[in-house]
Amino acid sequence: MADQATFTDVAMEFMPSLYSAALRMTRNPADAEDLVQETYLKAYRSFASFQEGTNLRAWLYRILTNTYINSYRAAQRRPDLSDVEDVEDLYLYKRLAGSGGSDPGRSAEDEALDRFTDDDVKSALEALPENFRMAVLLADVEGFSYKEISEITDVPIGTVMSRIHRGRRALQKALHDVAEARGLVGSVPGG
Amino acid sequence: MSDHDQGSAGSPGSPGSGPGVDTSGLFGVSVDCVEAVHELYSYLDGELTEVRREEIRVHLDWCGPCGGAAQFEEDLRRVIANRCKDRVPQSLIDRVAAAISDESKQDDARN
Repeated sequence: MADQATFTDVAMEFMPSLYSAALRMTRNPADAEDLVQETYLKAYRSFASFQEGTNLRAWLYRILTNTYINSYRAAQRRPDLSDVEDVEDLYLYKRLAGSGGSDPGRSAEDEALDRFTDDDVKSALEALPENFRMAVLLADVEGFSYKEISEITDVPIGTVMSRIHRGRRALQKALHDVAEARGLVGSVPGG
Repeated sequence: MSDHDQGSAGSPGSPGSGPGVDTSGLFGVSVDCVEAVHELYSYLDGELTEVRREEIRVHLDWCGPCGGAAQFEEDLRRVIANRCKDRVPQSLIDRVAAAISDESKQDDARN
């Protein structure tokens, strides 16, 4: 039996990042809340088996990911396991650099980055097929290493690396599409 | 992969297309733009061997276009992380606390 006070002390602080990850996974606030609650209950029940001194945050993400895969993905109409298209390296940089900034003290690509809103980035990430979305989320939003992501998702490290790299490039294309649709990049007035 | 018409700026990762400095004679290191860009993600993720990491770092320090691209990729990652934060509803915090408390009482009742 886990000590409730100890568990609450050490685990509750991770709720904001777990909730954000749950939102990106489920793409639905009601499911995300249920997923977080289930994750915490499972974590509490198996807290005795958690090895002190190991990474609690990674352990919680492993429970979150497994719970999502077992309970929530199955409930979706279609497991979203499709591939991403191959996107070239530096896709976004090559299109934003020199796209015409207004502040001479800053580069055009830095200005373009600032114009992305929370919704732009969230929807671009959520548009990625699940395997790639999870890999990019765990690497770039949560900052886990390839090895940690491999352990969290039970996927070989080489596959993790490939999904992160390809997912990032696909995300760059999605961000560029968003920027173009909102008129943030593209035609330069006056040529 | 196509060339991009970006004016006169050098294009990172495109050999011979920009003013990138040839670092091949430096410190016995030989990394070209194509290699540096190809390994950029592993470099930024801290997933290269120490030796390889240093080789790429030297290239990025010396090659303006690749260094600029590396800086952009780092900035982009920070933007992505910062823009994917959400406020946790208080109702969820309360729900989770209550659920754990219930579970704990059940544990106590069993003992």
